[in-house]
Amino acid sequence: MLLISCPNCGSRDETEFHYGGQAHVAYPENPNELNDREWAEFLFYRDNTKGAFAERWLHSTGCRQWFNMLRDTVTYEIQAVYPMGTPRPDKAAPAPAASESGTASTAPDSTTTGSAGPSIAATSIATSTAPPSTTAPEGATK
Amino acid sequence: MMADLLPEHPDFLWRNPEPKSSYDAVIVGGGGHGLATAYFLAKNHGMTNIAVLEKGWLAGGNMARNTTIIRSNYLWDESAAIYEHALKLWEILPEELEYDFLFSQRGVMNLAHTLGDVRESMRRVGANKLNGVDAEWLDPQQVKELCPILNISDNIRYPVMGATYQPRAGIAKHDHVAWAFARKCDELGVDIIQNCEVTGFIKDGNRVTGVKTNQGTINTEKVGLCAAGHSSVLAEMAGFRLPIQSHPLQALVSELHEPVHPTVVMSNHVHVYVSQAHKGELVMGAGVDSYNGYGQRGSFHVIEHQMAAAVELFPIFARAHVLRTWGGIVDTTLDASPIVGTTPVDNMFVNCGWGTGGFKGTPAAGLTFAHTIATGTPHHLNKPFALERFETGALIDEHGAAAVAH
Ligand SMILES: Cc1cc2nc3c(=O)[nH]c(=O)nc-3n(C[C@H](O)[C@H](O)[C@H](O)COP(=O)(O)OP(=O)(O)OC[C@H]3O[C@@H](n4cnc5c(N)ncnc54)[C@H](O)[C@@H]3O)c2cc1C
Ligand SMILES: [Zn+2]
Repeated sequence: MLLISCPNCGSRDETEFHYGGQAHVAYPENPNELNDREWAEFLFYRDNTKGAFAERWLHSTGCRQWFNMLRDTVTYEIQAVYPMGTPRPDKAAPAPAASESGTASTAPDSTTTGSAGPSIAATSIATSTAPPSTTAPEGATK
Repeated sequence: MMADLLPEHPDFLWRNPEPKSSYDAVIVGGGGHGLATAYFLAKNHGMTNIAVLEKGWLAGGNMARNTTIIRSNYLWDESAAIYEHALKLWEILPEELEYDFLFSQRGVMNLAHTLGDVRESMRRVGANKLNGVDAEWLDPQQVKELCPILNISDNIRYPVMGATYQPRAGIAKHDHVAWAFARKCDELGVDIIQNCEVTGFIKDGNRVTGVKTNQGTINTEKVGLCAAGHSSVLAEMAGFRLPIQSHPLQALVSELHEPVHPTVVMSNHVHVYVSQAHKGELVMGAGVDSYNGYGQRGSFHVIEHQMAAAVELFPIFARAHVLRTWGGIVDTTLDASPIVGTTPVDNMFVNCGWGTGGFKGTPAAGLTFAHTIATGTPHHLNKPFALERFETGALIDEHGAAAVAH
């Protein structure tokens, strides 16, 4: 069982949460312009990464808020918890200064450096003190 | 029927050859589906210069981890057709493969616990009959007669309100099935290569011409993917996507018992499925973890949930001990139906998405996939299961008749 650190409530058992699938899948900007292939991609195709995977979780029996999580799908290690609407911590565009030193800004929407462990951890700690996100720009109203 | 002796088998059932530098076709994945595909390629299409590449040991993936339930009582015409064809093959395969893998047609009951279940079940019995699949509706008393240890009292949380019953359904010894196919493949000249992981593909334009492996590069004219939980990993290497999500699915067995459970019982609603293995273990399947995973293990609470349901339905199980639990990685689709057919890459074919229920489909998956690989065109039985259905919208929504809530 996973021990998941809700950004609002702290560490709770996996049974309190609801899995929401891949994170960062935006609703199409111009739905009218999509062809069948593009609709299929939006509706049915999701990444199925073996390794670090960004996914959405809902703390359904707690604060009832959605958040994002970066988890390794092989080891099940939870690498980061971060608010909806902020970039994926290990994939964001590298900030020139930080990319050398491996230290990341502690702002929740900061860009961090590649897959360096310390910067992901820094983001994780930073987001756990961030105010709960009430906007769900990725259409996370499941 | 139970406590049968396991079949004798010779020491060596297949050679362990070095991979050749080229083959007419390469099958990726040495589970039941890969082996059945190779067998039918050789037997029905005369393609014998072929190899099955398996990254681990033969049939050590989901083939060795499933709960071996075989049935064909699916709702939609397309599914009933392919699973019923599989069942007919199961009925003749022990003779054809000259290997007794203890296919035991002891029947499968799918319990109904709510009025909704009852209506859906009766509808499925009707649909099955129209499709020539044996199916009956049983009332609680008839359920009790077939499986006396089932609790049919109405003071439990989800009382048994009846069941569908397919008498020709049953179980088989899964690893013996794999060995039976492997032995015949080998006899027909197929190279089975273990510890051979496919790590990439070689393409000429949009056409696949070879596979890269940890045992070197192998040229081939055709590639068939039969990699169950890892299909999307391989598709990504080949440059296309699949609408597949991989989830851990668990099962468990008890220690050995006297024969107490004469049939197979499945419940979608409270989520448990049970049979008693030939040797005497109670074999039980649990649910999938909700999240994606490749770890071949699952969450404990899933097992706990399933055990609670099992003990309520079968009160005598309360005194049984769990001997071991394990997990497999199943590849699920959004319509709970498999994907079999061509891919966006020329000469590359895919058989995947059988999710939590592909063991029963093994012979028909192999037969139809072999047809597709050999001819480049769909078999009439796998045609509806093409990848294109996610684009056309012609989904085959089997969540109900997949009979397990995942
Ligand atoms: C716990 C559990 C219970 C189940 N119960 C049932 C049941 O009762 N009835 C039923 O019908 N179905 C059941 N299933 C589902 C069934 O097991 C699968 O649908 C079916 O086995 C999939 O086909 P396969 O046998 O070829 O897969 P697998 O046996 O998983 O074969 C795929 C093979 O591909 C190999 N592979 C992966 N990547 C590579 C690579 N890169 N290179 C080379 N080889 C690779 C793997 O090692 C593996 O051996 C169950 C599954 C599980 C996990
Ligand atoms: Zn919370």
